[in-house]
Amino acid sequence: MPRVLLLIFMLLGASGTAVAQTSAAPADDAGQTTMASPEGEDRPSESVAPGVSKEEALRTSLAKFKSRDFDVKAEAIETIARSGHERGEALLQALLDRELLHDLAGDRIVLGKQSEQGWALRDPISEEDVGSAEARAARPVIINNRLRQQIRDLKSVTALANPNPLARREAAQRLVGNTDPVVLDALRARQAEEANPLVKGVIDTALNIAVLRDPASQLNERLNAIDAVAGSLEPAVRNVLRDRLAQSDAAAERNAADRALKKIDLRTERYETADTLFFGLSLGSVLLLAAIGLAITFGVMGVINMAHGELIMLGAYTTFVVQQIFPDGHEWSLLVALPAAFLVSAVVGIVIERGVIRFLYGRPLETLLATFGVSLILQQAVRVIFSPLNRSVVTPEWMSGALQINPIFSLTYNRLYIIVFALIVFFALQLVLKKTRLGLQVRAVSQNRGTARAMGIRSERVNALTFGLGSGIAGIAGVALAQLTNVGPNLGHAYIIDSFMVVVFGGVGNLWGTLTAAFSLGIANKIIEPMAGAVLAKIMVLVFIILFIQRKPRGLFPQRGRAAEE
Amino acid sequence: MRHSDLTTALTDRTAKTFLGILFGAVLIVALLNLLVPAESGLHVSSYTVSLLGKYLCYALLALALDLVWGYCGILSLGHGAFFALGGYAMGMYLMRQIGDRGVYGHPTLPDFMVFLNWEELPWYWHGFDSFGFAMLMVALVPGVLAFVFGWLAFRSRVTGVYLSIITQALTYALMLAFFRNELGFGGNNGLTDFKDILGFSLREDSTRVALLVASAVALGGAFVLSRWITGTRLGRTVMAVRDAESRARFLGYRTEHYKLWIFTVSAILAGIAGALYVPQVGIINPGEFSPLNSIELVVWVAVGGRATLYGAVIGAILVNYGKTVFTGVMPEAWLFALGGLFVAVTVFLPQGLVGLAKSLLKRKRQPDATDKEADHEPA
Repeated sequence: MPRVLLLIFMLLGASGTAVAQTSAAPADDAGQTTMASPEGEDRPSESVAPGVSKEEALRTSLAKFKSRDFDVKAEAIETIARSGHERGEALLQALLDRELLHDLAGDRIVLGKQSEQGWALRDPISEEDVGSAEARAARPVIINNRLRQQIRDLKSVTALANPNPLARREAAQRLVGNTDPVVLDALRARQAEEANPLVKGVIDTALNIAVLRDPASQLNERLNAIDAVAGSLEPAVRNVLRDRLAQSDAAAERNAADRALKKIDLRTERYETADTLFFGLSLGSVLLLAAIGLAITFGVMGVINMAHGELIMLGAYTTFVVQQIFPDGHEWSLLVALPAAFLVSAVVGIVIERGVIRFLYGRPLETLLATFGVSLILQQAVRVIFSPLNRSVVTPEWMSGALQINPIFSLTYNRLYIIVFALIVFFALQLVLKKTRLGLQVRAVSQNRGTARAMGIRSERVNALTFGLGSGIAGIAGVALAQLTNVGPNLGHAYIIDSFMVVVFGGVGNLWGTLTAAFSLGIANKIIEPMAGAVLAKIMVLVFIILFIQRKPRGLFPQRGRAAEE
Repeated sequence: MRHSDLTTALTDRTAKTFLGILFGAVLIVALLNLLVPAESGLHVSSYTVSLLGKYLCYALLALALDLVWGYCGILSLGHGAFFALGGYAMGMYLMRQIGDRGVYGHPTLPDFMVFLNWEELPWYWHGFDSFGFAMLMVALVPGVLAFVFGWLAFRSRVTGVYLSIITQALTYALMLAFFRNELGFGGNNGLTDFKDILGFSLREDSTRVALLVASAVALGGAFVLSRWITGTRLGRTVMAVRDAESRARFLGYRTEHYKLWIFTVSAILAGIAGALYVPQVGIINPGEFSPLNSIELVVWVAVGGRATLYGAVIGAILVNYGKTVFTGVMPEAWLFALGGLFVAVTVFLPQGLVGLAKSLLKRKRQPDATDKEADHEPA
């Protein structure tokens, strides 16, 4: 909970600084190394000062790259970063990317891209085309790891002034553990004016670590620093505390370090638990998506649809096909894939119901066999049409990456979205069952088919529609699963037993039971996994369910009343 | 036709016909393989002998399933597990028979254990160098598993599709477990490279024929045993449980005991089938536990016709022959054919081929009698 609050603070901070930044914008040339606002009055004179001289200074610095001496190059990097010229950052990046060249023929420093003929050269500042050079007539400016680190640090220092607090925090995080005096000065300067508490926290940590690393620091300074960093989850903090514990000759400091380390361990453990829970929830929501369609068909019609997994697979393949149709639409094609997958699977489901299951009502074991046959046919059809190889679906940009809560705990977006999506599907389905006419009829038929028919409900039609609905949801589950795993003919097969376990564990005919079962099985699986390994965890969960069903043959939440009788 | 003792089960017309055809065919194949020279057109290759032996093992497995499904209404989707367990017990005996002739030449440890750097034989591998002990385990391991599993399941009245699904989960869990190297059964590769059985080389034609005959004897014996069981009072009660379990219970029968009994017997038969299967195909691996195998087995019984015993045997042989032909000629079509078979049999042929033949015969005898077969089909 406190984390959420902090996040909100951060966002508030973000909008605040953004406003401040735009008002200062005209003066600020794309926010170079110089820090933001307070020195605003000095700034105009600087940028009004003839651009030419600034450019000349830059060119002088660039010329130093002709040298072979790394110290000279380091100096050049430093001056370029401090020049405040708008091209500074791009040039340093070019240096990192080996795109800054020493043109040997013209004895000048230029930008260049390698092409088939040699190098295409551009002016480093105006980016104008300045001709080309033979492959051997120019060579990239060589830098070593020290210079690379220097450039990265400088970039991070630059980013400390970024209007976006997330970027600032990331920059500060990169600088944690850094003891370079230039960097520390920049951090101190930023610390004085930083308004966002999260960013400030990271900067404080970085500075405190510097104090602990500094051999000249006083004991009480160090004790304060240890107190301040206790509980921080940065790996650098843990390292420095370990070093202090081992090296310090003051007992008070060793004790403080030890206490701080214990506190960190405790917090780490707590976040590891949270991590397990998150993975459990995401596995649970995958199970929920896979099982929920089955829960409807099984609950309402008492029919085991062994082809359910293959309907999921069809949904996944629909996603693949939609992406093939819109090769440029990875960001939004999911929105097309969702209804398309629902339709494809629903239609196939209705065809299965009308073509096969209709003849087998009242004979559940035969239905099981027949639908298994259908599943084999669907699987093989997919193998013939799409080849037996796995297909991969492109994950849209907004679903990749992770929400970094702290250095050791992050939520990956695709899993986060799947959890949310599973819950949306679940509640939408609840809504359909509770609030629509079809839902009413479905519930009536599932409670007592005979009476429902006597009340004028066309149970045949309800059967077909229910089956379509359940199958359509399987298709939607397929879209979601396609984001997590490879799309292949065996996709559905892998989920069918798990889905049944969820439905049976939760109790047939009870969607809330399915929800509870899915999440508890998912979490249980992830808790056992680190202790026993993935396969053993799965076996243990299966054995547990087998034993559980023997104790409670009707699942966690059995249906009450006559409907439950055979 | 009530058979109350073993002799009637052995001598009535169906049994005579079945055993006659079975042993006649096996005898002919055996003679054609051993006595006719290889150049002759009449020679039966040892490949065919082993193939036929394999079919007979499948038939025995189908018979075992028919006993629980056809006669007791328990649709087990995990019978492949009992089959595989019997197979593994036999495989362990055969592994121990390799002795120091393995690739690594270790005197006691099988190759895969040497490969995994194991120091000594795990405790559960001891005793498998004796054929008698191994045969005991072939029956005991599946039997005990079925007994414990059935005791838990039937006592708490898990029935119908629930039971089917948890039997499937059982075989799935076993498959995952056997895939692990740590379990000590060869992991992914299973047990293979067998050399000889009881001192006879598995490569010899005579050994193959002997195994074929052994399979035929086991199948014939199991057939007679099953007919006898279904004819006894106990077998009749089992059928009553199938048709109306609650009613049988209200009449005072402890239905769970009957189910448990028949389930265990069936599992032992499946284990024996597995044990005979392994030396003839030369390998046993965790794939045998896969749920697909178990469910495929159900379709053999369904194709042949449930609750007839010989129907299950016919179904197993026909479907597997079809599989051999199909996978040879057009492999990609086999799953279509199998899937289609599942659907067609359940929708159009609920009584299987035997039921179809019966109703055709009946129609022939009394041309205007309506087909009443469908009215009293087992649930």
